[in-house]
Amino acid sequence: MTFAACALVLIGGFLGGISRFFLSGLVGRSVGETFPWGTLAVNVSGALAIGAFAGAARSVGGVFSAELVRDLIVVGLFGGYTTVSSFCLQTLNLALDGERRLAAFNIVASAALCVLAVALGFLAVVRVAG
Amino acid sequence: MMSANDRQTALRLYLAVGCGAAVGSLARFLCGYVIVSLLGLSALLATAFVNVVGSWVIMFFATMTRPDGRLMVGPAGRQLVTGGFCGGLTTFSAMSLDTFILLLGGDLGLATTYLVSVVVLSLASAWLGYAVAIRISR
Repeated sequence: MTFAACALVLIGGFLGGISRFFLSGLVGRSVGETFPWGTLAVNVSGALAIGAFAGAARSVGGVFSAELVRDLIVVGLFGGYTTVSSFCLQTLNLALDGERRLAAFNIVASAALCVLAVALGFLAVVRVAG
Repeated sequence: MMSANDRQTALRLYLAVGCGAAVGSLARFLCGYVIVSLLGLSALLATAFVNVVGSWVIMFFATMTRPDGRLMVGPAGRQLVTGGFCGGLTTFSAMSLDTFILLLGGDLGLATTYLVSVVVLSLASAWLGYAVAIRISR
């Protein structure tokens, strides 16, 4: 817990947040806002990225397993990019609007696709680099 | 084509989300430090904690600042807290990675229990935030 680590998390979190805002807005505007595809796209792509990074940390090491790099990329960037709060807000709003099936679909799709994306990113990098 | 006014509005929203997410991410980092390094508890618990808290806050705040809500907050202020702070505080990626690491270790039972309980608790927490805000707004 150093000042440098905190500064890197702040920078990563800032970039992650605006990237999420950009992508979820872009997806929302192009496919419509009735279902939260934007947040789903953010969370799945963030899961793919964190899986790939974890795979690189394991099989390549070096810069990928350096603590400060991890603070910037994993804690700040990917952590700030992906979100459980918007997922909950949008799922609950679907349920409150009577769209229970869509709410249930969002829960199952988000959880399943994100874990799958982590596995895909991790295993792909380990296979290529390991 | 965006007008100068639209561009300024968009810039304000991006700055609000970015700054909120920076502070939220730092808060998540500090929660992890306290829960894991100081209290000696599992990192799984730290991720669960920030997700449950952030889900409460986003639904509470979003409901309080609805057009019929108690708080009058502009779009940038709303994004600062919801898409910014709560978005930065919570993390779907770390939760998914934790789950995958447990799966990789062959711990299917704990992986499933962890993922399902964090998702269910976060949703329940968000609902509680909503219920409290509705109650206050009455």
